[in-house]
Amino acid sequence: MSVLFILIIVSLAVAISFLVAFVWSVKDGQYEDDYTPSMRMLFDDEIKETKNQSK
Amino acid sequence: MQAEKTYTKQKTTCYHCGEDCLEETLVFDSKSFCCVGCKSVYEILNQNDLCNYYDLEKTPGISPPKNVSKKHEYLENQEIVEKLIDFKDEERMLVTFYLPQVHCSSCVWLLENLYKLNPHVFSSRINFLKKELKLSFNYHQLSLRQLVELLASIGYEPEINFSDTSKDKKYKIDRSLVYKLGIAGFAFGNIMMLSLPEYFGLDDIKELSFAKFFGYINILLSFPVLVYSASDYLKSAWVAIKHKTINIDIPIVLGVIALFFRSVYEIVTHQGAGYLDSLAGLIFFMLLGKVFQQKTYAVLSFERDYKSYFPISSTIIKESGEEVSIAVSELKKGDVILIRNNEIIPVDAQLTAGEAKIDNSFVTGESLPVEIKVGTKIYAGGKQKGEAIQLKVLKEISNSYLTQLWNDEAFTKQNQDQFAGITNVISKYFTLIIIVIALGSLFYWWNIDKKIAIHAFTSVLIIACPCALALSAPFTFGNVLRIFGRNKLYLKNASVIEQLAKISTIVFDKTGTLTQAANSSISYIGEQMNNDELNAVASLLRQSSHPLSKLVFSTLENYQIIETKDFEEVLGKGIVATVNGKKVKIGSANFVETTKEDAATTSVVYVKIDNKLLGRFQLENAYRKNLKKVINQLQQYFKLHLVSGDNDSEQQRLLVYFSKENTFLFNQTPEQKLRYIKELQQQNEKVAMIGDGLNDAGALKQSNVGISISEDINTFSPACDAILDAEVFEKLPLFFKYAKTSINIVIASFIISFLYNIVGLSFAVQGLMSPVLAAILMPLSSITVVVFVTVATNLSAKLMKVD
Repeated sequence: MSVLFILIIVSLAVAISFLVAFVWSVKDGQYEDDYTPSMRMLFDDEIKETKNQSK
Repeated sequence: MQAEKTYTKQKTTCYHCGEDCLEETLVFDSKSFCCVGCKSVYEILNQNDLCNYYDLEKTPGISPPKNVSKKHEYLENQEIVEKLIDFKDEERMLVTFYLPQVHCSSCVWLLENLYKLNPHVFSSRINFLKKELKLSFNYHQLSLRQLVELLASIGYEPEINFSDTSKDKKYKIDRSLVYKLGIAGFAFGNIMMLSLPEYFGLDDIKELSFAKFFGYINILLSFPVLVYSASDYLKSAWVAIKHKTINIDIPIVLGVIALFFRSVYEIVTHQGAGYLDSLAGLIFFMLLGKVFQQKTYAVLSFERDYKSYFPISSTIIKESGEEVSIAVSELKKGDVILIRNNEIIPVDAQLTAGEAKIDNSFVTGESLPVEIKVGTKIYAGGKQKGEAIQLKVLKEISNSYLTQLWNDEAFTKQNQDQFAGITNVISKYFTLIIIVIALGSLFYWWNIDKKIAIHAFTSVLIIACPCALALSAPFTFGNVLRIFGRNKLYLKNASVIEQLAKISTIVFDKTGTLTQAANSSISYIGEQMNNDELNAVASLLRQSSHPLSKLVFSTLENYQIIETKDFEEVLGKGIVATVNGKKVKIGSANFVETTKEDAATTSVVYVKIDNKLLGRFQLENAYRKNLKKVINQLQQYFKLHLVSGDNDSEQQRLLVYFSKENTFLFNQTPEQKLRYIKELQQQNEKVAMIGDGLNDAGALKQSNVGISISEDINTFSPACDAILDAEVFEKLPLFFKYAKTSINIVIASFIISFLYNIVGLSFAVQGLMSPVLAAILMPLSSITVVVFVTVATNLSAKLMKVD
């Protein structure tokens, strides 16, 4: 059964690392603007497209 | 390439801004533009290889403002600059601007590629919903003024207001609720996992050390939940006890504390696994409810006061004739200030030179500019349209007519009845009943078995913990808030809904609220004009810059522009010219030498050709569509009042819409409007004020619910509790009705949660509660309530045709 103790500790450690990642991402402001990135991600593609067309 | 100027009547749309080219069309690079400004933006972008701007969206552009040369002079003033910027080091300066023009992906693309236009811009990031641009740039190479002018030159002139300098800019966003939720969620999940053996009745085969280990980890996990995640509840309950009142948080805290200590006791003494999973779940769900309720319209500002509209600085003319720009707050009595086209007059002042046409739409909602003679007093808040004017300052900004309103106590007191919410009213009785039941079962069992007595006592506190009760109001109002938002009524927060449901009296403003500024109707009364006459009138009107002429001109159809001779515009009177040998006069009654018709109420333009009076154009305030229907519906449930700053000339027209029992008050100052609301409240009325301009701001603030009507929700609204898009004005009665329905939904969900409590309590008083029962019953009751209120609010919105 002792393997269970190790597994529990490992699983808790993983869970804590996710919690830290979550707090970090909130602190970093990732959730502040959830709209603009959706527009931003489309830009690069469109530029390439128009360039190809003009060539 | 040279731009050619052509006059055309065909409709051409501008390649840059998409507006119809009305007056002239400039052609450049085989593309048409409506004005020099639009063309120059295209040239800038074209030179810098940024024409992708036009590929992302069609006609994305904004016509840049004209004559910006001196407007941004104040940005040279170091003191003002220091107040505006966010941060600066040896090389970089960080600044955030509000750009109201941002509206499409092209805007985002161009503004984030600003470094291509000027290499000294390090980075630019835009928040589309907030329309905020964060810029980082080298301030040794590029001054703040140059940066603002660069933005203005491509059509994105930042809006910089008085409030940008006076409020504490470095406000912190409170993210603690999200952290609390994260930690509660983390603990909830892990404690649940460690409690699985308990749930499946595996305690028989477990080794003692194994159960003990899980128990201690659970205590460790739930500790931060109790002291950090639940800290708001602990504090709120403590405050309530200190003030000798009872709120919903007291039974919650009692339950939470009972849960924690009983669990710790059970675990340490190896009697059982405790209820820590229920504890973490409870806190997690309740925080979730809080987050759900915290929906805010970041884009809209409900706290704007006059400072958000007033400029930062003003140009004063010194005795030596030198023009200096100084901060508005530094203006002193007797200073002579220069106000240019489209600038707002920041203080009460007297016109000393120039032709003033003041647009008071910010203040009263009346959008047609008023002409003012030299020597007349002009109140702060008006916007000059036309040439630059000079004014002598009569009062400093803090003493000006409009700004004085903000010294009223209505603006200093905070939400007075925070504890009056429906949840807290119910919880008062609830808490007392629970304490009576808990003590009752304690005394009942005390003589039979002391252990069962303690067990039953804590069980009652735990099972009665009003988790579902605490969740129903946040989820109901949170969802109603969203439904209102979808239908263009934006509320400041969820507690406005409760206020909205209690309203007994509605007070309206007139201009801009019941009337629609953009849609004033112009009717022509008189002899039918033939084609020649129409052409002559149109040709004359086209040359006039007077707003009334422009309005009349825009309503004419099927005309041709013909040549006019000896065109003359007599200030404040009218226009005159000779067309085909005929003398055409257009203007006031006085100007065309006729007596005024009885239409003193409206703006009238007379037309006279060769000494023959043809007729008159009459401008009438158009009341909102469906006004009659809205008023009729509201009349059945509410007392209606009308409070207007205008004179009573429209009373007859208003009677068509209102009935005689309604109260009408005219010639009201902003101060009087506020007092009137106060008087109504003293008669125990719950008052909703519906207004639009800064002159309603006091009344909006004083009222129980201040609703500001806005044609464009992003541009203007004074401080208020709710912003209503003018488009959905006709839904107003529905919104009031729906707010009432939502209160009934909350009450229904309370009943559901009580039923669960009765079941739970019947086990608890017998001392029969087990961890599994708690772990099932508590989340189940919460989920039922949440599902019920979500379905009920959405369904009733559909049925009532709100949504």
